[in-house]
Amino acid sequence: MIRPLIALVLTLCLALPASANPALEAVIADNLDQIQKPSRKTVEPLVAEIAATGPEGLALLSAWAGRALGVTDDGRLLIVDGDSARDAVTGAAVPDADPKMLRPNSGVRSVIESALVAGEISSPDPARRAAALASIARDGTAGHLAALRAAPPEADPALAAQRERATNLLAIRFDPDPAARVAAIEGMAGDVGLDFRAALNPLLAVTRVASPTEPKANIARELTIGGDFPREAAIALLTANGTLQPRLTPADQRNALAANIVDGAVAGIPVAELDDPAARDRAYEALEAAGAVPPAATDAEAEAALAANRFFETYAEADRAVTDAARAAQTRAQVRLAAMTGIDLGLDALSLASIYFLAAIGLAITFGVMRVINMAHGEFIMMGAYTGYVTQTLIANRTLSLVVALPLAFAVTFAAGVLLYRLVIRHLANRPLETLLATFGVSIALQQLAKNIFGTQARPLTAPAWLEGSITVNDVISISSIRVAIFVLALLFLGLFLFIMKRTRLGLEVRAVTQNPGMSASMGINPDRIAMMTFGLGSGIAGIAGVAIGLFAQVTSELGQQYIVQSFMTVVVGGVGNIWGTLAGAALIGGLSKVIEFFNPSNTLAAQTFMILFIVIFIQFRPRGIIPQRGRAAEA
Amino acid sequence: MSALLEVDGISVSFDGFRAINNLSFNIGEAELRAVIGPNGAGKTTFMDIVTGKTRPDAGDVTFGTPPKSLLRMNEAQIAREGIGRKFQRPTVFEDQTVADNLTMALKAKRSPFAVLGWRPSAESQARVAELASEVGLASQIARKAGELSHGQKQWLEIGMLLAQEPRLLLVDEPAAGMTLAEREQTTALLVRLAESRAVVVVEHDMDFVRRLNCKVTVLHQGAVLAEGSLDHVTRNPDVIEVYLGR
Amino acid sequence: MTRKPFILRNPSILIVLAVLALFTVAVTALSAAYGTGAIPTSMVKVLGKTLCLALAAVAMDLVWGYLGILSLGQMAFFALGGYMIGQWLMYARTEAIVAASMAGNPIPPTPQELQEGVANQIFGVVGSADLPLVWSFAHSLPLQLILVVAVPGLLALVFGWLAFRSRVNGVYLSILTQAMTLALALWLFQNDSGFRGNNGLSGLQNIPGLDGIDQATLSVWFLWASAAALGLAYVLAAWVVSGKFGSVIRAIRDDETRVRFLGYPVEGFKLAVFTLAAMLTAVAGALYYPQAGIINPAELMPIASIYLAVWVAIGGRGRLYGAIIGAVVVSLLSSWFTGGRAPAIHLPGYTVNWVDWWQVALGLGFVLVTLFAPKGIAGLFDRLSPPRRVPAPEPQAKEAQA
Repeated sequence: MIRPLIALVLTLCLALPASANPALEAVIADNLDQIQKPSRKTVEPLVAEIAATGPEGLALLSAWAGRALGVTDDGRLLIVDGDSARDAVTGAAVPDADPKMLRPNSGVRSVIESALVAGEISSPDPARRAAALASIARDGTAGHLAALRAAPPEADPALAAQRERATNLLAIRFDPDPAARVAAIEGMAGDVGLDFRAALNPLLAVTRVASPTEPKANIARELTIGGDFPREAAIALLTANGTLQPRLTPADQRNALAANIVDGAVAGIPVAELDDPAARDRAYEALEAAGAVPPAATDAEAEAALAANRFFETYAEADRAVTDAARAAQTRAQVRLAAMTGIDLGLDALSLASIYFLAAIGLAITFGVMRVINMAHGEFIMMGAYTGYVTQTLIANRTLSLVVALPLAFAVTFAAGVLLYRLVIRHLANRPLETLLATFGVSIALQQLAKNIFGTQARPLTAPAWLEGSITVNDVISISSIRVAIFVLALLFLGLFLFIMKRTRLGLEVRAVTQNPGMSASMGINPDRIAMMTFGLGSGIAGIAGVAIGLFAQVTSELGQQYIVQSFMTVVVGGVGNIWGTLAGAALIGGLSKVIEFFNPSNTLAAQTFMILFIVIFIQFRPRGIIPQRGRAAEA
Repeated sequence: MSALLEVDGISVSFDGFRAINNLSFNIGEAELRAVIGPNGAGKTTFMDIVTGKTRPDAGDVTFGTPPKSLLRMNEAQIAREGIGRKFQRPTVFEDQTVADNLTMALKAKRSPFAVLGWRPSAESQARVAELASEVGLASQIARKAGELSHGQKQWLEIGMLLAQEPRLLLVDEPAAGMTLAEREQTTALLVRLAESRAVVVVEHDMDFVRRLNCKVTVLHQGAVLAEGSLDHVTRNPDVIEVYLGR
Repeated sequence: MTRKPFILRNPSILIVLAVLALFTVAVTALSAAYGTGAIPTSMVKVLGKTLCLALAAVAMDLVWGYLGILSLGQMAFFALGGYMIGQWLMYARTEAIVAASMAGNPIPPTPQELQEGVANQIFGVVGSADLPLVWSFAHSLPLQLILVVAVPGLLALVFGWLAFRSRVNGVYLSILTQAMTLALALWLFQNDSGFRGNNGLSGLQNIPGLDGIDQATLSVWFLWASAAALGLAYVLAAWVVSGKFGSVIRAIRDDETRVRFLGYPVEGFKLAVFTLAAMLTAVAGALYYPQAGIINPAELMPIASIYLAVWVAIGGRGRLYGAIIGAVVVSLLSSWFTGGRAPAIHLPGYTVNWVDWWQVALGLGFVLVTLFAPKGIAGLFDRLSPPRRVPAPEPQAKEAQA
């Protein structure tokens, strides 16, 4: 749309003090006739003349193009804005004016607009030049192309690049000289911008035609029946161009037969027998022979027509050189696009992997140390998310509430984990399946408890403003800030975990208990305390994961359930007892989910199904996960 | 006399540690053999390889006449070929009766459908009773195995091994945790068993090995260090160094 | 020396069968169709469904209590059985409706037109008008009846073969079975899965060919069918676990490695029991869903299978009657508490509504059972009655010594 540009020009002009402009006045006086009845062919010098008179001239032009210019009986030009009007030359308000509004045709208006843009793109103000370029990029015309080419060189390098791009894009679409268009296409080859691809698409649009001989057109390719050009499509093409009678659909046939029932029979065949397709065909043929129904194409006719015709895809664009260049450019764009989509997919996968990692790390710790699957782990994630929500209702400042919520969620779920350990898990030592079921009991109780407290509707956990929005590299690659933050959080936890395990007394004891509980106990380590601490730690991390997940997902009592299975998968695939295994598992699951989703974007359910099938098969080859636990302990 | 079990140049590593290093070993039909060696010599790994629990990286293990390679078989297939194994810790099915334990071990078809169709016969019941009395558990036959004493469990496990009628018996530290009287009984049993089948005994206890009065193979660092009578190997300077330390 | 038939050696089988028969006759006598009407038809259906759940629990007990595999995928087999019978129920009924509506046409429909009409009726809701390939046999009751056991059996066989072959066990295996169930549920949730997406199959309470018979009568028939299936399955399961086979699978549960060294192909045994249980569960599902009237993929979300495990645990695993007790008690209690008929408890300042709090109570109750009564309700029977010696082997021993 050109209107924003006109509006811009208008506003800028209105801001100027009203003053007379003798040059403009003279031009108007000399050319009033032509202003009132302009012609596309001759208006150009006049427009240029008006534009040259300065801001008032430009204001007049934009009003003219915007059909906001009127002429009074005494030959003055008025710019009308709603109910008010003012003199185009002096700028003075004219009350009670009743001008005759000018309605220039579209050809004239495009000349005026081009002149306006030409004026704008040579404006000394960079902001106005940028606005003009943006406007052209949105909705360019052939007139703009000429204006851009005629404009003086651009000093600002960024704007110069933009202008060059806009010029090329317009040249691809509008330049009358095929060589120039090819040059423009080749100049931009490899670009992956949406605008470039949009400019190429119409050039490469094809229509399918059927013809006995090669048509006189820019032929993209000749089609052979089969593959992406099925027989039905060929027949439809022949039917559409009248070569072939329309084929009879079963419904048409039935209706035709029904219309010709005579004494309980159609063409001598009793109605009761017409539940057989063969009988229906016979009846229809008899009717056709009698002339009672229109003839329909038979298979033989269709076959003959198919044999007699060749099928082509032709470009709407007539010039072969242009289409060749466009195709080559499109191929290059597609290749680069594929690479960039790959990068984007990688970023997506990374962020998903971070989430799985955060969700699974606690599970992996407890499973690694105690061989215990905590089915309530998902509910700890949920508790973390609700802690975040409650904190937000108490502290209005979102950044502050997030800063408070993270440690608070850790504390709450750490306490819950320790409690669960003391009350349930330690009494079920060495009975992993019972532990699984008991923690499942805790899980359903916690889930229902959350429903009773917070209700069933989703609660918002809103991210601070600085986490909203996304980081965009180009049309293809972008990633939301929250996901970046979660990635950073996952890295932090990886670091923290490694620090605890490798550099602290607790970590040393945990590793000892993991490898040989009996021996550790005899060396004065209290395995019970270690188990409790690790359980608390794992649960605490689940709470933090909950806050992170809550920032982009809905906080409901079922939040944990959505992540628990993937978390299990992550642990199983990665292998237990090793943080790198969890990381590898999360990366594999996250990456694979995204890849499957990419190939089948409409169907996330199918993607998850395939994902799980993959895992079942994966377990065949690495029953102990990517990074298996080593040594004799693993044999037990 | 051809060998019943022939272990030929096997090697296996765990995470870079060579547990078995080019080990070769033979035992004939109806032979009693003691395998001794310090901790980490590879005794248990050797038994794991023969019974199919661990796969060697190199070498071959053949069994029977004509010799069949065991490397392609799983544990159950190897057991069905006629190799029985007694673990260090007595492993019986504590939730089931002595009779059930023995019945399960009786030589019979092992496929699920054959087992489903299997019904006790007079013969099988007599055999169970006979085995029970042979290992001194005749009066305990209806008791749950979990209620037995440690020594009784050891005996039950031996009874189960006998029920399997193996051609080769691998016994891991049978004397561990036994009283002196029980040891003597065990020695006598092992010697008697070896009259009709091959028996390999892995043992730490030199006194026990001496009582067995058989050929001894000394393992060290995953390879055979010496082989011969106990007196012969105890005179071997390498063996003395390994056992008495440097 | 003749052995008594195994039923006589297991008095619990006779007790269970007698109780089951008594229950069925009593419900019939109180039903609206054949008796006083003291039990409304909806309740008869609930009881019939409960018997099906008990059958699923018996199968679960085979797999978990005897074989030691905590399968969190049993409800997948249950629902698959339901889907398989549901295909026929829905197809045959829709075919009758479509045929009736097409009978008014001037020209009788061709078989193809009839099928298209049926497909349109069934799949219009998911925006499709083609009969998917998986419905190829839906027109035939015998074929679908075969599929009721064949499809879940095959799934169990393939999944079990893959899982057992790679020696996945313990919690890993549980998680894997859960994943299988989730994958199946997600697949069924898709509109283009061929099973009507989350709409599922509905109208299953109407049995084609039995249009003249009211639901009150049908509900009693299904009660009898469910009771008969439960009785037969109980005897079958008891027979399987009674002999040496039972010994071997319990041994696998307790020490799989040792069983391998005895020469038993452990994987084969696991596969046999897992598949048998899957087929029994599928039969239960095929009887359940015509009584429920509707089946959709939500039925086989992993949580349902975990509930099944909970029932068996509460009832007492490793005892077949324990599974029945658990399923009956917990599922009936659940429907009573969540049905809104349980009286609310008025505390000062708060009213405990059982609809809201039953899940919490169940969850915590389940933790308590796991902690304090690991043998479940059936374990309490053991405490009440004096410990009985295992009677079977004793005569053998005496005979042998004689």
